[in-house]
Amino acid sequence: MTHTDKTPFVLLAALVVLLALGPFLPKSLFLLTMSLGKGLVVLGLVVLLRTGLVSFGQGLYYCVGAYAVGSLSQFASVKNAVLLLLAGTLVTAILATILGFLLANYRGIFFAMLTLALSMIVYGLLVKTSTLGSTDGFNVPPASLLGKVISGQSNQYPMFALACIVAFVAAVLTNSYLWTALGQLSSAIRDNEIRVEYMGASVRNAVHTKYVLAGALAGLGGAVTALAIGHIDPEMAYWTTSGEFVFVAILGGTGSVIAPFLGSIIFEFIRTYAYQYSPNTWQLVLGAALLLLIIFLPAGLWSVFARLRRRT
Amino acid sequence: MAVILNTKGLRKSFGAVTAAAGISIAVEEDSVVGLIGTNGAGKTTFVNMVTGYLKPDAGDIIFKDRDITELHPRDITRLGICRSFQIPQLYDSLSVFENLVIALGIRDRNVHGSVFSRTFKLVPAANPLVVAAAEQSMQRFGLLEYRERAARLLPEGVRKLLDIAMALISEPEVLILDEPTSGVSADEKFAIMDMVMDAVRSHGCTVMFVEHDMDIVTRYAPRVVAFYEGRILADGKAADVLSDEQVQSYVIGGLRALQTGASDISHA
Amino acid sequence: MNEFLAVLMDGLIYSSWLFVIALGLTLIYGVMKILNMAHGSFYALGAYAAASMVGYWLNHGHAPMASYGILVLAAVLVGLIAGPLIERGLLRFMYGRDEMVLLLVTYALFLILEDVIKLIWGVDPYFIPEPYSLLGTMDIASLTYPYYSFILIGVAVLAGGAVALVLQYTRQGKLLLAVIHDREVSLAMGINVSRFYLVTFTVGTALAAIGGALTAPTVSVVPGMGVEVIVLAFAVVVIGGLGSLEGAALGALIVGLVRSAAVHYLPQVELFCIYSVMALVLIFRPKGLFAAAEVRKI
Repeated sequence: MTHTDKTPFVLLAALVVLLALGPFLPKSLFLLTMSLGKGLVVLGLVVLLRTGLVSFGQGLYYCVGAYAVGSLSQFASVKNAVLLLLAGTLVTAILATILGFLLANYRGIFFAMLTLALSMIVYGLLVKTSTLGSTDGFNVPPASLLGKVISGQSNQYPMFALACIVAFVAAVLTNSYLWTALGQLSSAIRDNEIRVEYMGASVRNAVHTKYVLAGALAGLGGAVTALAIGHIDPEMAYWTTSGEFVFVAILGGTGSVIAPFLGSIIFEFIRTYAYQYSPNTWQLVLGAALLLLIIFLPAGLWSVFARLRRRT
Repeated sequence: MAVILNTKGLRKSFGAVTAAAGISIAVEEDSVVGLIGTNGAGKTTFVNMVTGYLKPDAGDIIFKDRDITELHPRDITRLGICRSFQIPQLYDSLSVFENLVIALGIRDRNVHGSVFSRTFKLVPAANPLVVAAAEQSMQRFGLLEYRERAARLLPEGVRKLLDIAMALISEPEVLILDEPTSGVSADEKFAIMDMVMDAVRSHGCTVMFVEHDMDIVTRYAPRVVAFYEGRILADGKAADVLSDEQVQSYVIGGLRALQTGASDISHA
Repeated sequence: MNEFLAVLMDGLIYSSWLFVIALGLTLIYGVMKILNMAHGSFYALGAYAAASMVGYWLNHGHAPMASYGILVLAAVLVGLIAGPLIERGLLRFMYGRDEMVLLLVTYALFLILEDVIKLIWGVDPYFIPEPYSLLGTMDIASLTYPYYSFILIGVAVLAGGAVALVLQYTRQGKLLLAVIHDREVSLAMGINVSRFYLVTFTVGTALAAIGGALTAPTVSVVPGMGVEVIVLAFAVVVIGGLGSLEGAALGALIVGLVRSAAVHYLPQVELFCIYSVMALVLIFRPKGLFAAAEVRKI
């Protein structure tokens, strides 16, 4: 545990760099925006991972957040981007609070498979709901901010900028949370729940809180992605989508709030090229990479950075 | 002296096994009580009930005029009863320092009462008060040289000390130690108990400890309670209890067999 | 009345299918404490292998009646090849690590196998309807059922009975029960736990493959057919209690009947119903209906 946390400054620097470089990378903006959206989901997963919990169902909130945005935009004609993002986050936070009452009782395999099951229920419901487009989903109308349309345009910079700022704020806030006494309970809970209870803290409440945080972040990520892509479908809740988030979380490791975003960007770029090159081996590569990570880098890529830093 | 902890008729059965068949013990404030008995006599079950881990089938537990029978371990800890464990319960992947800081973080959250405690909004380890308290605890228990080592890499005796240190750091009114010297080598056990009792004496606290080692019991416990098959065989001054016929044959006889080659009893 | 009978019959058939798959899953968990996320992939492998072998057999003009034996043979081959390969080649190095790590390993395995299937068999669907249509149909009341469905019920009963008998009455079976209860103590007593793991995993994957092989004649065999299986199998195993064989049977029965009712009366809520039942069971019995007793920790 370091006594001076430099993360907020690193995040600020990253934000400035991204915003400055953005206009010069028009072809990459879409991918970057999507990566940031998915990075938010992974950030939530990392909060849970630190507590020793692996959720295979973050896709549920990713999807619900996206559908909340899509529905409000399509059926209620809400066009303000910030309002839409807030709505997506709020809806998923409420849902996570409700589901958290059941899930906070479970750990390990049960927790993982239950979250998976819940996300598949949502998938099943959406697939059979024709008003929401069934398997095809539907398009999200362009949103606007400060009077200007920012999504669904050929100029992707405004949406990219919004995504950067949203990701920055979420990362800074999550980082602060992780440094509070409650946030630090994560490692303690992961290591020894009995001791935590005997020290006078409620493990259940802590787990419930973290689950809600993870759900809200996933919902925000889904909302951002919905606006960026302009289309949503039930596939977002399928358990293989959740599995990809888990992969990126493990890839980046739990050492820092920056890792989820970096990992997500790397992942999206590699996936794009892998798909173009050989679509029938993408999952094979993913699976093999996951195995290698588990065997050789149990603490994720970030641990390599941390080790290098400590030596200098 | 006032009675600070009072258990009345505690009963607990696990299927056909009776772990507690009416345990009544009144503990006076600032006293030191030794709990002895063979394995399975019900000592740890008793401790688990008093600290809320198990709910008794019948009976009451009164702590400072308050009925704590139905409470959770976390509530009982907050009220002022802390315990150490037979098998040390530590945060294995964290360092000694971090273990203590988390314990302090929880303690102070309970004292200040809010979810995002204002005093510890950023980095509990950076709070000088917390650091000082952790340093003091490490000093007292000889843990300073292990400050940065992960708990799972500590020698067994040190793990025990850390476990007890974490229990004491909440500054409880009642401290219950479950076999503090089990698994510790013969030459270390007195050193450990001395450290613990010094720490306890310096801030005033009632102590109950479960022990199999008669040397430890006679040296540190003026009062002894002997358990046997879920009942109390004897309860009183150490010398009286240990020389009681029934205790000799049912408890110490069995215990003596375990301690082959142990030194003679040194009378307190 | 007919509606009710239809629900019952469909439920029974579906339950049998679920049971064969869930049996393997719960067996592997009970013995090895691994929740095999790749179970659906072995199901798919069984289906593909069956499709290939039966297709080959029939194309070369051999007796169609023997295709049933070919189906089972294909599945057993999958179990005998894939099982030991994966257990010895990968899983064996992971024992002793956290159950979540093993879950992720099986997830990685699932990802790899999905593409391996595509690489070997391509992405086009396979059809082998012959074993299914060959037996014809029979009428119960005014409902028509293919005889083939009863094979499924028969296999389920056979598999469940065989496993139960082996565990209760054979020496090896009792040793296996010991391993299920406590791996450490079994090792200390000289039981060759490693060999039991190998056998269990092989049997478990073979059972999944049999499920797939028997399903192959009734559907088009396509990539991704194993993906939803794990979700359903998990629900069954959780309701029954992880590691319990009676639990798997009861869970399969419950899920099968609930799903059948849902499909008949309100198809949209099929998955929702199954998982609601699971959630309900968990609220009252957090570890499932036949859960093992918990050992005291402190």
